[in-house]
Amino acid sequence: MTIATSLEDACCALASHPDALVLAGGTDLMVAVNRGDLPVHHVVAIGRVPELRGWRREGDHVRLGAALTYTDLLQPDLAVLQPALAQAARSVGSPQIRNTGTLGGNVATGSPAGDTIPVLAALDAVLELRSASGTREMRLDEFVTGVKRTALEGGELIEAIRVPVLDGPQEFCKVGTRNAMVISVVSLALVVDRSGRTVRVGLGSVAASPLRATEAEAYIGGHLDWDGGRPPSAEVVDRFTELVVGATSPIDDHRGSARYRRHAVGVLAGRALARAVGAA
Amino acid sequence: MSGTRTTDRTGVAPRTGGPGIGESVPRPDGVPKVTGSFAFSSDLWHDRMLWGGTLRSPHPSARIVSVDIGAAVTITGVHAVLLHDDVPGSKAYGLEHSDQQVLAGEVVRHEGEPVAIVAADHPETVRRALDAIVVEYEVVDPLTDPAAAETAPPIHPDGNLIRRIHLRHGDQQVVGEVQVEGTYEVGMQDQAFLGPESGMAIPVEGGGVDLYIATQWLHADRDQVAACLGLRPERVRLTLAGVGGAFGAREDLSMHVHLCMLAMHTGRPVKMVYSREESFHGHVHRHPARMWYRHHADRDGTLVRVEASLLLDGGAYASSSSAVIANATCFAAGPYRVPSADIEGVVVRTNNPPCGAMRGFGAVQTCFAHEAQMDLLAGALGMDPVELRLRNVLATGDRLVTGQAITGTAPGAEVIRTCVDHPSAASIAEDPMALPGGAGRTADPAHVVRGEALAVGFKNLMFSEGFDDYSSAACRLADGVATITCACAEVGQGFVTLVQQIAHEVLGVQEVVLEPASTETIGSAGSTSASRQTWMSGGAVQKACEEVRVRLLARVADEHGVELDGLVLVDGLVASLTGDLRVDLVSATSDPIHAEVEFRHAPTFPLDEDGQGDAHVSFAFSAHRAIVDVDVGLGLVKVVELTTSQDVGRVLNPVQVVGQLEGGAAQGVGLAVMEEVQLSDGRIRNASFTDYLVPTALDMPPVEIAALIEQPEPGAPFGAKGVGEPPSITSTAAVAAAIRAATGLALPRVPVRPSDIVFGGGAA
Ligand SMILES: Cc1cc2nc3c(=O)[nH]c(=O)nc-3n(C[C@H](O)[C@H](O)[C@H](O)COP(=O)(O)OP(=O)(O)OC[C@H]3O[C@@H](n4cnc5c(N)ncnc54)[C@H](O)[C@@H]3O)c2cc1C
Repeated sequence: MTIATSLEDACCALASHPDALVLAGGTDLMVAVNRGDLPVHHVVAIGRVPELRGWRREGDHVRLGAALTYTDLLQPDLAVLQPALAQAARSVGSPQIRNTGTLGGNVATGSPAGDTIPVLAALDAVLELRSASGTREMRLDEFVTGVKRTALEGGELIEAIRVPVLDGPQEFCKVGTRNAMVISVVSLALVVDRSGRTVRVGLGSVAASPLRATEAEAYIGGHLDWDGGRPPSAEVVDRFTELVVGATSPIDDHRGSARYRRHAVGVLAGRALARAVGAA
Repeated sequence: MSGTRTTDRTGVAPRTGGPGIGESVPRPDGVPKVTGSFAFSSDLWHDRMLWGGTLRSPHPSARIVSVDIGAAVTITGVHAVLLHDDVPGSKAYGLEHSDQQVLAGEVVRHEGEPVAIVAADHPETVRRALDAIVVEYEVVDPLTDPAAAETAPPIHPDGNLIRRIHLRHGDQQVVGEVQVEGTYEVGMQDQAFLGPESGMAIPVEGGGVDLYIATQWLHADRDQVAACLGLRPERVRLTLAGVGGAFGAREDLSMHVHLCMLAMHTGRPVKMVYSREESFHGHVHRHPARMWYRHHADRDGTLVRVEASLLLDGGAYASSSSAVIANATCFAAGPYRVPSADIEGVVVRTNNPPCGAMRGFGAVQTCFAHEAQMDLLAGALGMDPVELRLRNVLATGDRLVTGQAITGTAPGAEVIRTCVDHPSAASIAEDPMALPGGAGRTADPAHVVRGEALAVGFKNLMFSEGFDDYSSAACRLADGVATITCACAEVGQGFVTLVQQIAHEVLGVQEVVLEPASTETIGSAGSTSASRQTWMSGGAVQKACEEVRVRLLARVADEHGVELDGLVLVDGLVASLTGDLRVDLVSATSDPIHAEVEFRHAPTFPLDEDGQGDAHVSFAFSAHRAIVDVDVGLGLVKVVELTTSQDVGRVLNPVQVVGQLEGGAAQGVGLAVMEEVQLSDGRIRNASFTDYLVPTALDMPPVEIAALIEQPEPGAPFGAKGVGEPPSITSTAAVAAAIRAATGLALPRVPVRPSDIVFGGGAA
């Protein structure tokens, strides 16, 4: 086990143990280890790497260290720049999990139910990956390739995640069968970019990998009264939610049926849009 | 002394803060549990111990073709791998029927059934050994539909019918002017205790074994374990290890025989701890139920007749199914006068996980159904549902559908009135966190509708149907200190506190020592279940203390040549009423006084072939009023407030009573809106706390205690009734009814799922 105290450290350890497991908060990893699903040969702990624990604004973007915890994402000076990410962070687990679990861990797990994933998808987040041999960048939808499958290579870690600072309201909502501490049955992030005149919608738990409702986005972007600020008509909202539902390919499982998921994602789309741009 | 304590929401204020009966005496194990220093059974440790583990069937139904342990036994650090043939005594055990295999022999009958056990030097070695055992199964189509069980080929030599009771009461020809009919369904609930099964067995030189285990009934365990080990019962000694919750799930044996077999085989102490997932397979669950009902009433709302047909899925083994179906059947009509009844209760065997005891024990399922029926009937009559209940509710002297007359207290009307009269503190939330969906931020106030409803129920206390139900206790008073010995299993209910209060009340002692609960030191205390220990072991402790008191006073009277009648025990002194004699307790008991007693409740009798008979001892009533907010668009629910009144006989410890009422209600809320062991083809799909959801602080509302009805029950120690089960009986029914009131949907099934609300489904 290596407890890395610098990024350099972590990358070296990973280079010499290509089969090592990266350990951030351990809230996903240890569950898998305890279940016996993950053979443990070597562990590189990154929770004490200062370079991964910070964030900074870089022009019209924010660069988020991969080991930021959910509690970090809830800090007001960051939350005001990335409100949907903060809303998603607040919906995660319990205080203990929010104090421990990290943004990078959520992304690297690549679960369709990961709560930051729809937000990062809506924001067109870019991942900065790093290994001893260098760095590369990747879009989120290239990175998460399937249910708990990612493009991360041996010896590589997520160093940071870059998201734009947008001018416009943001909404994250998540349906679960309990009022807290629950894995999403359906989730949705809707962000408005007033200067770019776009509305972007990321969806969770309704497809195998990160999903954007691109047709719905194009439709609503073209039907909003960007200058006058009048709320969209009921017909426009209906069409929008229909297109959001159409983008999904949910499954039946013990958390919910495909039919319910399709229904719920439409409801969330309508509500999030109404909160963001008003309702007629 | 009789009356109603009306309380604020924190319950009843202590009288004086003293140590006696009626005071909120703090639990001796409270602070250690909260601060983490309490030793639970999973904390057991021995320097020489080995770790045990269990290989379980992945199939709900299969024939075992072969088991190859060759590779497992050669792993370094593995000390034993044992199979069916290694069970030294009886190959099967069970609470009511010995039908459950210690280790599977020729067949497995449910997913997770133990097939092999291993002892090794480290949990990781255990895991590798279990992986190395090769079992060849010939998979058989599982029997998973309880409705098909009676006609399907038997999956067990004892057959697929565990018990049928056909209760017929009164005139079978009567028909009501108004009839309502419904079919209801209850899903499989798990007890979800926090401390998974764990224990340690230590071999005793000369062939016996010591077992430290978290359980609900040491002596019943001991007898079953001894039979399976082929030992005389006294060679097997059980001591209670720290129990992390029970709720019925520790009534059956789990790892008990396995641990003892491994310890005796290896000659070493062996410890086992189930994982959470294993725990879901390692204990019984609440019976899922399908219930058809037809209620008949006169136009004025007087109940005339109830017909019902109840089908409970017992899963693969009998466990306590026979007693559960008896309760379901006897209490199927609810706490109402029903002059004519035809109720058929059936519990069957399937290849689903075994079901058995859980808090409420058969009455939870039927309360959900009979209360839905009462609301339906109120609707058909155009009558207020509270009025309908008050018109029919049982009182002392009334007869149950079993023909038994209630001789004890039965404040059914009082629990209803106080509950509905209690003002509600519920306001309409603005904060999305307090709306349905909570932390998921899904609802705005405009999406939310509110509903309110009442449910009433009752249940028997203690064991029924002629069971010889008793508890044993001893009291030794020496140097002014009372030492109590009782094998009552403390599973969180607070017996450890009550013992102190009772000894103080009877003997005036300040210091009370409770010996560890063990089969070695005293006879059986009976089971910590059926809301019975306050009455039974509390009664035994009271009786033992009273005997000591009588002997002490006789001794002092004798030694000082005074009249026995003129002596009292106060504040650590034996004093004469005239005041001229004062002997302190310490010196009066330098020569110890000891008494050991057995305490029995009034006898009960079996049910006859029509389900008639004086089968029960005593009954406790409760009512819950639920207020819920429902997001109809998404089918999400927030229980906003629960108000309850309960028939408690007498409050012995207010804080502990309130704790039972709150905890039981939380389990009831869970069953109403989220808790279900989901099965597909006999397999559990959600065997973890990730997906078996129990209420969080955001799901559980404040519990307003409208009233604790104190009408002392004849025959009960200090008049106190058990309080543990009623809260979990009526809360589920009330929450489900409130969701109906909010949505106008029929919702004949709990837990109510979001899709049931959105699509109006949930049809049974
Ligand atoms: C009780 C509980 C409740 C939960 N609730 C939620 C919830 O509501 N919503 C939700 O989305 N999730 C939830 N989770 C899952 C989990 O907490 C989150 O996914 C969390 O973000 C994981 O982060 P971590 O730091 O703990 O990751 P770890 O467990 O440390 O790691 C997870 C995976 O990511 C890899 N990894 C971690 N960091 C990096 C990195 N920088 N570079 C490359 N690989 C990396 C690890 O190797 C591992 O494969 C819950 C978990 C628990 C136990």
